Amino acid sequence: MKLPVMKIYAIAFLIFLYGPILLLPLFAFNDSTVVAFPLKGFTTQWFRAVWADADLWKAVRNSLFVACTASVLATTLGVFAARASTRYVFPAKGAVMGLIMLPLVLPDMIMAMALLVVLLSLNIELSLVTVILGHVLICTPFAVAMLTSAFQSLDKSLEEAAYDLGEGPISTFYLVILPLVTPGIISALLISFTISLDEFVISNFLGSKDKLLSVYIFGQLRFPKNVPTIMALGALLVALSVILLTLAEYFRRRGIAKTGAKDTGGFV
Amino acid sequence: MTVEKTKLSKPAVLGATMIEFKDVHKYYGDYHALRGINATIRAGEFFSLLGPSGCGKTTLLRTIAGFEGISSGVVLVDDKDMADVPANQRPTNMVFQSYAIFPHLTVEQNVGFGLRKDPRSKEEKASAVDEALAMVGLTGYGKRAAHALSGGQRQRVALARALILKPKVLLLDEPLSALDKKMREQMQVELIRLQRQVGITFVLVTHDQEEALVMSDRIAVMFEGQIAQLDDPETLYRRPKTRAVANFIGTMNFLPATILSEANGKVEAECHGFGHLTLDAETQVMGTPTATGATVGFRPETLTLLFEGQQAADREVMATVEEVVYYGDMTYYDVKLDGTTEVMRLSMRNVFGRPVLDIGTRTRVGWSQGALVMFR
Amino acid sequence: MSDGKRGRFWGSDAASGLGLVSPTALYAILLLGAPLAFVLIASFMTDGYLEIIPRFQWCNYFGECASYKTLDGVLTPTQKYRGAWTDPVLFSIMIRSLTVSLLVTFLTVLLAYPMAYFISFNVAPARKGIWLFLITIPFWTSYVIRVFMWNAILGFSGVLNSIFLGIGLIDKPLDMSFTIQAMVVTLAHSFAPFAILPIYVALEKIDRSLLEAGQDLGESRFLTFLRVTLPLSMPGVVAAVLIVFIPTIGDYVTPKLVGGSKFPMIANAIEVLMLKGDNKPLGAAIAVSAMLIVGAISLVFIGLNRRFLRGPQ
Repeated sequence: MKLPVMKIYAIAFLIFLYGPILLLPLFAFNDSTVVAFPLKGFTTQWFRAVWADADLWKAVRNSLFVACTASVLATTLGVFAARASTRYVFPAKGAVMGLIMLPLVLPDMIMAMALLVVLLSLNIELSLVTVILGHVLICTPFAVAMLTSAFQSLDKSLEEAAYDLGEGPISTFYLVILPLVTPGIISALLISFTISLDEFVISNFLGSKDKLLSVYIFGQLRFPKNVPTIMALGALLVALSVILLTLAEYFRRRGIAKTGAKDTGGFV
Repeated sequence: MTVEKTKLSKPAVLGATMIEFKDVHKYYGDYHALRGINATIRAGEFFSLLGPSGCGKTTLLRTIAGFEGISSGVVLVDDKDMADVPANQRPTNMVFQSYAIFPHLTVEQNVGFGLRKDPRSKEEKASAVDEALAMVGLTGYGKRAAHALSGGQRQRVALARALILKPKVLLLDEPLSALDKKMREQMQVELIRLQRQVGITFVLVTHDQEEALVMSDRIAVMFEGQIAQLDDPETLYRRPKTRAVANFIGTMNFLPATILSEANGKVEAECHGFGHLTLDAETQVMGTPTATGATVGFRPETLTLLFEGQQAADREVMATVEEVVYYGDMTYYDVKLDGTTEVMRLSMRNVFGRPVLDIGTRTRVGWSQGALVMFR
Repeated sequence: MSDGKRGRFWGSDAASGLGLVSPTALYAILLLGAPLAFVLIASFMTDGYLEIIPRFQWCNYFGECASYKTLDGVLTPTQKYRGAWTDPVLFSIMIRSLTVSLLVTFLTVLLAYPMAYFISFNVAPARKGIWLFLITIPFWTSYVIRVFMWNAILGFSGVLNSIFLGIGLIDKPLDMSFTIQAMVVTLAHSFAPFAILPIYVALEKIDRSLLEAGQDLGESRFLTFLRVTLPLSMPGVVAAVLIVFIPTIGDYVTPKLVGGSKFPMIANAIEVLMLKGDNKPLGAAIAVSAMLIVGAISLVFIGLNRRFLRGPQ
């Protein structure tokens, strides 16, 4: 019998990948503060604790606020940069685009500290705004990447056709270009939102007393008795991510069907 | 022998000048794309720009539309200098090679796209769209999603979308190149019909000389940024001005010849295979008088295979059949005329349904001096 | 030569392009370019008390420095410290970060390759999307929680130990957490999807008929893999290497949580120096050094990639 070696490897790999995550719902319902076997019984108290924790919900609100704002800003900046880089040739283009995409290859910590040092020396107070500034910085390259591919797949003659039929540059943009890059815009928004929501380093060091979710979680993990609550929260977050991602994929496919373009594989 | 111009039922509207090129040059950096274009296109005519890839025909078309600027010279449309007129304000509309149909809109929305700023009421605009769709044979397709159409249908939408704006000139950039042969032939007839119906100037860019011959009133043959010859299809075919033009349009056979003398508008020459020739300097001899070396050219169909007892209309010569190429309705015979080493291609309709000669047969070939062209 | 601008409708290309990119460019210059330049300059400055004294010095990188404080109106040296590359602790942190991230990169890419191969070659096209979806889902959960889970799994009284004890595999719990190995495993887990995707993309691009041609000529499947598939997938491998290496070397959360602060890496050192340690110039020097290390290694890998692309195929 020939062993399906590759398949066995793949399954083992998946177990490795999902191990930590599948443990989350397991211990979220476990009636114990120790994250270990054997399981001690079923309880929903941790989920109730999540619901009752006011600080947690404040952190959630803060994170949502920051993520929404940062993703919108990053996507907007991304639209400008992607459109400029795909449509025009301008001096120092390589250097400018390089600087914009630089956050992709810099460790978060370095960017956070650099910003922090500058902000402190300018006596700017840390707040959610400073966090947003940092998040936009790291999300923009991703938005640019998503949008560049969207803009590149536009047929150039569509723009010329719109001109030929009497439109100007601005009306061409919102009548023809914008509708066709909308899937790219949605992808950019989603990816920026997700990155911002989960980001820790910048949120921690550029933030203030208005904590963000990732920072809150980090703080809670130091106290063993709060751990199961965090497990429950983690389980919820996993479920939420899966739902959001499935929705995103659904809309992406629908968007493609509407414009008859080819499916190039989504976020890959 | 006079040849009568038998251009069937083409309304002779040709009068006023619609487009004029005056010494137009265009550079892309150091690359000289258009090298001194001088031409006029008349109102109401079906005009083609014909040439191989890279000859500048699409560039020239786009200078009419306004998508390319020019480095020097003047482009006039309807007697107006287009230098400061942006593309979206010109009295021209274009059908793009990729059709450029907006995929996120319906057929109706595509066709009516250019009417957005039109002051007419919604109902009037809707009926204009219906009219346009009817004109291209797409009645009832209004609500269809644009991305779900076939190539031929997309092209009609592109046509309707352009014509609904009643431009003075319709520009077509290789509109048929993406279609298969059958569709192409169909659309060629369609386009001719459409142009007659609408009556405006059509300027078509193509690299397919057959297409240009079929559809155009006049053709400008372009090579390397210049117009080599601008004439109606028949003149281009029968009286090409250079070897390059002769070669590009249809097939032409060439034989070397030596010019003996020139006087009283006649050129005497000696040609391999054909012997002594007397040609009319005005209509049959192309190029400026330089050396005595020349080439004689003739089309495959101008030589006749003579059967036994059949008389040649003018002169005749013996030839050996080297190759027989069967094309269904025609057969091409590659023959060597006696006294030559080059292979000539003759054509004959398969009136008997099949080729009449085998390889190796000796045959009499009839030819006429009047059908020859000489290039110096 | 004139550029044929007469009658154009776009206007000057360069002006429009610059204008369009300006909001994003300005943002990047102000919030990234300027701060980074500041950090670079600061790394050559002298450390003061809660401030940076603008006096040029090399010793934040090499040699010995002093921190200064204004006592009785006079700037006096208070503490001596050594530069980033000469201080044994800092230097060992940099080496550790480098070795850990290289190890993680090697491990992650090695494990990722077969997975990418599996999805590209052994999965039906209709199902590929699902597999890719599956391997990216873990990425979409909270990073902090995921890292913590590894602590829970490897901990002294954690999941693995409780299983092993329970089934009698061992008598005493294994000491797996708060070790370098734990950090490596955690990081490899976090970045696995990042490694799989570029390799997958590169593998997908390989013309299958090349492989069939090889087999047609009598090669074994393994040989075909070595001589055709592997070299052609190298660009993807290099991309995966960079995608894993760069964030790993600068990671903060994993050394903090899983290393238990026993094995600080560059990011932790920067935090301490910049904030609690109040030695911003030294912290800046470490940051710049980290960027240089990352830059140098990246160039090495990209250079290798070019060689592969240019070499015999």
